[in-house]
Amino acid sequence: MTEITAFTVKEALQALETGQVSSLELTKAYLERIQRLEPALHAFITLTPDAALAGAKAADERRAQLKKAGAALPPLLGLPLAVKDVLCVKDVRTTCGSKILENFKPPFNATSVQKLLNAGVVVLGKTNTDEFAMGSSTENSAYGVTHNPWDTERVPGGSSGGSAAAVAACFAPAALGTDTGGSVRQPASFCGVTGIKPTYGRVSRYGLIAYGSSLDSVGVLGRSAEDVETIFRLMAGFDPRDATSLDRPVDEPGCAGAADLKGLRVGVPKEYFIEGIQPEVEARVREAIQVLAAQGAQIVEISLPHTSYALPVYYLIAPAEASANLARYDGVRFGLREENNGVIDMFMKSRGKGFGPEVKRRIMLGTYALSAGYYDAYYGQAQKVRTLIKADFEEAFKSVDVVAAPIAPTTAFKIGGHGDDPLAMYLEDVFTLPANLAGVPGLAFPVGFDAQKLPVGMQLMGRPFEERTLFRAAHVYQQATDFHKQTPAI
Amino acid sequence: MANNQYKADIGLEVHVELATRSKMFCSCAVVDPISAPPNTAVCPVCCGMPGVLPVINRNAVELAIKAGLALNCQIAETSIFARKNYFYPDLPKGYQISQYEYPLAYDGFMLIRTSQGEKRIRVRRAHLEEDTGKLTHMNENGETYSLVNLNRAGVPLLEIVSEPDMHTVEEVLAYSHELRLLLRWLGVSSGDMEKGSMRFEANLSMRPVDCEELGTRVEVKNLNSFRAMELAILYQMKMQEETLSRGGKVEQQTLGWSEANNKTVVQRSKEDANDYRYFPEPDLPPLVVDSPWLQAVKASMPEMPAAKRARYAGEMGLNGEDIERLVEEKENVRFFEDCLAAAPALNPKTIVNWMLTDLFAWLNINGKAIDTVDPKLFVQLVEAVDEGVINQSTGKEVLVEMLESGKTPSAIIEAKGLHQISDNSLITSLVSSVLQANPKEVQSYLAGKETLANWLFGQVMREAQGKANPQVVKTELQRQLDAMK
Ligand SMILES: [Zn+2]
Repeated sequence: MTEITAFTVKEALQALETGQVSSLELTKAYLERIQRLEPALHAFITLTPDAALAGAKAADERRAQLKKAGAALPPLLGLPLAVKDVLCVKDVRTTCGSKILENFKPPFNATSVQKLLNAGVVVLGKTNTDEFAMGSSTENSAYGVTHNPWDTERVPGGSSGGSAAAVAACFAPAALGTDTGGSVRQPASFCGVTGIKPTYGRVSRYGLIAYGSSLDSVGVLGRSAEDVETIFRLMAGFDPRDATSLDRPVDEPGCAGAADLKGLRVGVPKEYFIEGIQPEVEARVREAIQVLAAQGAQIVEISLPHTSYALPVYYLIAPAEASANLARYDGVRFGLREENNGVIDMFMKSRGKGFGPEVKRRIMLGTYALSAGYYDAYYGQAQKVRTLIKADFEEAFKSVDVVAAPIAPTTAFKIGGHGDDPLAMYLEDVFTLPANLAGVPGLAFPVGFDAQKLPVGMQLMGRPFEERTLFRAAHVYQQATDFHKQTPAI
Repeated sequence: MANNQYKADIGLEVHVELATRSKMFCSCAVVDPISAPPNTAVCPVCCGMPGVLPVINRNAVELAIKAGLALNCQIAETSIFARKNYFYPDLPKGYQISQYEYPLAYDGFMLIRTSQGEKRIRVRRAHLEEDTGKLTHMNENGETYSLVNLNRAGVPLLEIVSEPDMHTVEEVLAYSHELRLLLRWLGVSSGDMEKGSMRFEANLSMRPVDCEELGTRVEVKNLNSFRAMELAILYQMKMQEETLSRGGKVEQQTLGWSEANNKTVVQRSKEDANDYRYFPEPDLPPLVVDSPWLQAVKASMPEMPAAKRARYAGEMGLNGEDIERLVEEKENVRFFEDCLAAAPALNPKTIVNWMLTDLFAWLNINGKAIDTVDPKLFVQLVEAVDEGVINQSTGKEVLVEMLESGKTPSAIIEAKGLHQISDNSLITSLVSSVLQANPKEVQSYLAGKETLANWLFGQVMREAQGKANPQVVKTELQRQLDAMK
């Protein structure tokens, strides 16, 4: 029998349903495993064992009551879950990986979290993240770096590195992440797990602490496409609290009953196979595309001509939005307040001490891009080019159903490997940024390993609101392969 | 040099608090700024907590559209909210959500009436935004600190910006009064200046009368009353004129009006001007006002003061002063028109006379609003006088009793026996008995002392205890005297 902590969501729900395990046993098993292995990995910023155990116990009682009454059960009743520490969980410390929010306890739940709580999940804790989700390695957290379970000397990717590591290390069957420029997909790739960045507007951003508001999305990381889709579907939908969420019905699951990929046209963009990409990454991705072909998909070479502009466009738009989004951390109402000599001094000292260097760098970048005299040349121009990147995808989706591409140029790099070179770090996101700029969904899943047994991931990008197609393709792939079933030996 | 060598160009920016029940981007109630305890009408959204998002209050948009239409503006089919970035402790998010490049309403005008006749003042734009909180600066035993109250943060505002088309204080006041009238008329705002529901800022420059180009302008803030506005503008006009007459240059700066010192004080100079780094608010999709929505708002608009004025003057022949007293409060107009509907046969002028004199006097003394009076009862009273059931002076007494007791005029007249005697036979005998009782006076009259007719009239009225219809008495007296000649 598999250890219960290695359960997929599907297996865990089945085990709970049949009474093979209780939510309390499952939650205890995770908490024990976390206690044992967390010192080596540091996937969490905050653990909430007492609330989790109480929640699990309540879930078990509820299950018994509802069963007795013959009533329907909430779909995820008693399922443990980890939540990235940029999503608000009521009365639980929510830091965003920043000192400035060291003691911040939100008085409300993020809508995504609330929906899953309504579905019955038990929150184990808040996972580590780059400060305000700004980073690709989780090294920018004010609470220490997370280690990759496949090689603890390496980063787990970022910014949802804590969530990816937690799923890979079997600290939770699934975890919530957020993706502004690749922050779900890149760590999923580095840690060998499956992760969705939904269409912009598909999942409410209410309670997601904003980084780049026009790019941010709430996603899920798990052990299979099927698991990720189950949770994704329960979070999706219009939220009256988020004016940018769209009123689109949630599709039937794409994984259910998918046997092959006949009729699916898969585009392979030449701009994503550039010089400098690690040869094993390219090889694994091309092999995976062949697997899709073997399942009946038609492979088409395509072009997304404005891909190379995604990096500069992203690093103008995201910091510009961030410079305003992070203005509220001024020490007046919540968070860190430094003793002061008047109000300006309080602003400067609180922000000076509360923010880390990468956050400060992006605030300055964004402030500059929006300044009088520079706006048109930077922010304004970036918005124009963004529409071209979006148009690339619209054009491509006239002839293909999904786009298959690598996620990151390399597998997980060594902690400190990018040193003090922010540009090298920014290049990590070069393949993931376009989906955020275009607002299209992207699904990452493992497609093999490099020579050092480090996971390689691939992403499928789809038309807006067609996550279902991505899940279907990844599910068929996962039926034909077992990369997603491999777990690191820790 | 003569004073009239320079002329002023004045524009107004008016911040109007919209009369919505809830705030611009959250569901918090809009509360009274003075009586509500601090920070009791706040939520995570208007506190700017991490993770929150704004949602547009449609009611605020509709009020803004109404104001835009009343100001003859174009209503943008698509307008865009923008972030205005600056740090201040009363600004929770570190940016204010406003509209910048694409305002909701633009290119309008308002007609104002001045001693020089009607004038058209262009309205450049009217845009939606959210209010800030309020700081109170404290000093306790030498320790200074500030308290933040966020009750007001997020209250919807409409900023209405005019072109610098006004040249005199009279025009500025006419514009301000008319704007306030329109906004109150439409229920867009309470227009309560003491509570900050309408806040004025003026921009003012001066130039030689023969110069085409506008001069360097200053902005004057804190104009919290019409009086302050008048004083501040006169003060600045005088200052700038003096400067220019001396050959000096006006400096571009932002000033505040100091109520205490009756002068303007510098708030910031051009060099300190903020760079607000406006950019489109990514949390809000563009605001689309489609044609059905716009038509529905249009259809809900009442007849505007200008149309009322024209109708009252034309069809009804009311005088200008009376018309203004009517239209200055929408409730007055409603009452007046209810009266017209209840008594279509009455002359509107008669109703207005009773309303603006005796009724208003009583309301003033008793501190009551006009909507506490039943127009149906009121016109019954006016009709009773008009038809001669009671005379004018009795009518005033009955009105007061009617207002105080709520009884109908006819019940009061009945109970007190106040009916005028219009019965001809009764008056005939009254007159003849008075003539018989005063033979000396009758003789003098017949001998040519005609003024004695008035004295005799008074005697008849006294006999009748004031209840006789004076017109009937006069006619009968004359008839009987003529018969003696
Ligand atoms: Zn609120």
